[in-house]
Amino acid sequence: MAKENKKTKNTQYLTIKEEREIAKSNRKIMKQFERAKNRKNVDESEFTTQMHDPRNVIEIDNLHTYFYTDVGTTKAVNGVSFKIPEGKIVGVVGESGCGKSVTSLSVMQLVQGPVGQIVDGSIRYTTSEGKCYDIAKMPRDEMRRIRGKEIAMIFQEPMTSLNPVFKIGDQLDEALAIFEPKMSKNEVKARSIEMLEMVGIADQEKIYHNYPHELSGGMRQRVMIAMALICNPRLIIADEPTTALDVTIQAQILELLLEVKNKINGSIMLITHDLGVIAGMADYVVVMYAGKIVEAGDIHDIFKNPKHPYTVGLMRSLPSLSHVVTGSRLYSIPGQVPSPVNLPDNCYFCNRCEYSFDICMEQYPPDYYFEDNHRAACFLYDEKYKDLDLIKPELPRNLTDDSESIMARKIPQGRVVLESETDGFGG
Amino acid sequence: MSNNQVPETMLNNDAILYSTEMNKDNLDRNVQNNSNDYLVQVKNLKKYFPAGLKGTTRQYVKAVDDVSFNIPKGTTMGLVGESGCGKTTVGRTMLRLYSMTGGEVYFDGQNINKLSRSALRKLRPRMQMIFQDPYSSLSPRMPVGEIIGEAVREHNIVPKAELNEYVAKAMNDCGLPYQYARRYPHEFSGGQRQRICIARAVALQPDFIVCDEPVSALDVSIQAQIINLLQDLQNEFGYTYLFISHDLSVVEYISDTIGVMYLGSMVEFGDKKKLFAKPMHPYTQALLSAVPVPDPDFEMQRVILEGDIPSPVNPPSGCKFRTRCQYATEECAKSCPKFIEYESQHEVACFLYPQE
Repeated sequence: MAKENKKTKNTQYLTIKEEREIAKSNRKIMKQFERAKNRKNVDESEFTTQMHDPRNVIEIDNLHTYFYTDVGTTKAVNGVSFKIPEGKIVGVVGESGCGKSVTSLSVMQLVQGPVGQIVDGSIRYTTSEGKCYDIAKMPRDEMRRIRGKEIAMIFQEPMTSLNPVFKIGDQLDEALAIFEPKMSKNEVKARSIEMLEMVGIADQEKIYHNYPHELSGGMRQRVMIAMALICNPRLIIADEPTTALDVTIQAQILELLLEVKNKINGSIMLITHDLGVIAGMADYVVVMYAGKIVEAGDIHDIFKNPKHPYTVGLMRSLPSLSHVVTGSRLYSIPGQVPSPVNLPDNCYFCNRCEYSFDICMEQYPPDYYFEDNHRAACFLYDEKYKDLDLIKPELPRNLTDDSESIMARKIPQGRVVLESETDGFGG
Repeated sequence: MSNNQVPETMLNNDAILYSTEMNKDNLDRNVQNNSNDYLVQVKNLKKYFPAGLKGTTRQYVKAVDDVSFNIPKGTTMGLVGESGCGKTTVGRTMLRLYSMTGGEVYFDGQNINKLSRSALRKLRPRMQMIFQDPYSSLSPRMPVGEIIGEAVREHNIVPKAELNEYVAKAMNDCGLPYQYARRYPHEFSGGQRQRICIARAVALQPDFIVCDEPVSALDVSIQAQIINLLQDLQNEFGYTYLFISHDLSVVEYISDTIGVMYLGSMVEFGDKKKLFAKPMHPYTQALLSAVPVPDPDFEMQRVILEGDIPSPVNPPSGCKFRTRCQYATEECAKSCPKFIEYESQHEVACFLYPQE
């Protein structure tokens, strides 16, 4: 077997020569982008734009974020557009590696450089002073004024996102010290403690002087939320805020996020792979697959009337719904997500899709619009192919009707009446 | 739940609490217990880990404290609970990967704690484990065929000449093409790695597999593939599973019976349908109500638990859940509630229910 391998060239691997060539051209491209980002004293007009709709906090338009790796260009975010209206929660769902996190990092301009670069597109954001900036074009120095103050982020893992060598209090004070240089030390401390109180931490004075390792996961996540909220941001990006936590703690944190959002009247971009969390929190949903948005819409549109086969597949593969739908066997989407290097020209989902037909193999579908902002990128909804009588994916029946499913069940609280008691014995 | 205790208490108190019919049902079950229907029986299992420095007063982390349950042949038992409640320790101690501090584990009638080294080694292929994280439980230096074949060769499951064929079959059963046998784990995605882990366990023709959070590191769509694979294998070969997970919807889907653990002890055990329809322990109720429901119209009636799980080094006196329980009374602090079977296949340890 080893001999055969030598003769036929293995297309899976690159030769060292090929890899060097890629690396060389990558360096050229990356240098250009880095130079543009590192410029100083740039005129403001260069990155000032106009919002399309003033009611939105942020508008992401045709965003492309690529990673120039030695094995090829990874198109992590490949033409993503959506907007977040003021005071709303937008949920971004998708499998790992679909570009959810990279989208959020692009908004913060925190993509790991020089390998990762925002290549194309615009991210329009209006500051609290009323100026509208394009974050994608902003130089690094200017971005500092927005990051942390106007847009704040709650990171994925509370266990690793706090600095282990600084006290909780020092880490909380840091942001205020930068953005509010006029505040005295005591004022800063008072504000930090107030924030700790707001996120439901009892005994704030003690926690203020604790180190991160002394806190549990749920407490650390609370501290992370306090840290994000300390400068009264207008947009909070919550990147899988509850993934590392237990269900009971997750319920606490989600409740807290909703409460806090109403208090500061901010918007939230909630990134998660848990459809249950999205259903309970979000107003709008964006479903991503392999760096593109496959479906976006109002929460009810997405959950009650999903259009894209991927969204439907995702819903059907949830264990809490699935056995209602298919009887005994779990529905599973066959195959795997395509590699983000060298993506094909056709629909990225077509080889996993049971509804795919000829055109799906040839080109990537455009967005098709349904009622109110609901859109899906799928050829099934093209008027041109209406005559083909294509079967469209749908959720088999109203899921909530089934009393067997976990969702329709009424969970008793406290003491449950025993069978034996109803018979007249004991009690 | 342990066979010795339950019938006694039942007999003493049937007049007060139980209709005669129910009692008969329990007696029937007891007769069954004595036969070899249970593949695995765990009685009062304890595992303490020493904590703190040597020389000072020794403290112990009571990771598992007095847990008992039985698993009938060919069924799946789910074990749920928060992180740090001792689910994984139960699984590992049952296979004697940890030495147990107290209690007994019977596997197919043999007390595995009393087996000699060589006897235990003979039993090993019959009880296997699928580990938590498919990213760190595969040796990065071994090709997949070697990972799966190593234990097969070691335990002489098949003659040497047939090894490759056998590995190919095992891989095929788990949905991996044999061409992958020469590749290394880093070349695979998470779902495929989990398939390799499953193939490694399945290749030894086990009777009992402990699945320790096999799907929690995977995406929803891949998760469904792996769960289906586990079920197909069970239907085909009749495996018995202990399925450890913190995801209640997955556990509900795959299990026949479910045990709920809190801080090292089991608080509720029961048949899946009974436990989900009528959760009796306040902790189970809170746990069930915290599961996010994928329906925007669903009104959450969450029971939000205050605070965090206490430290297992100094667990609260009496009922361990009392510090977070809204129904806690003074009685709860004084003594531990007994684990009592209130209806067939449904046992709870809580003072809300009569302690007779």
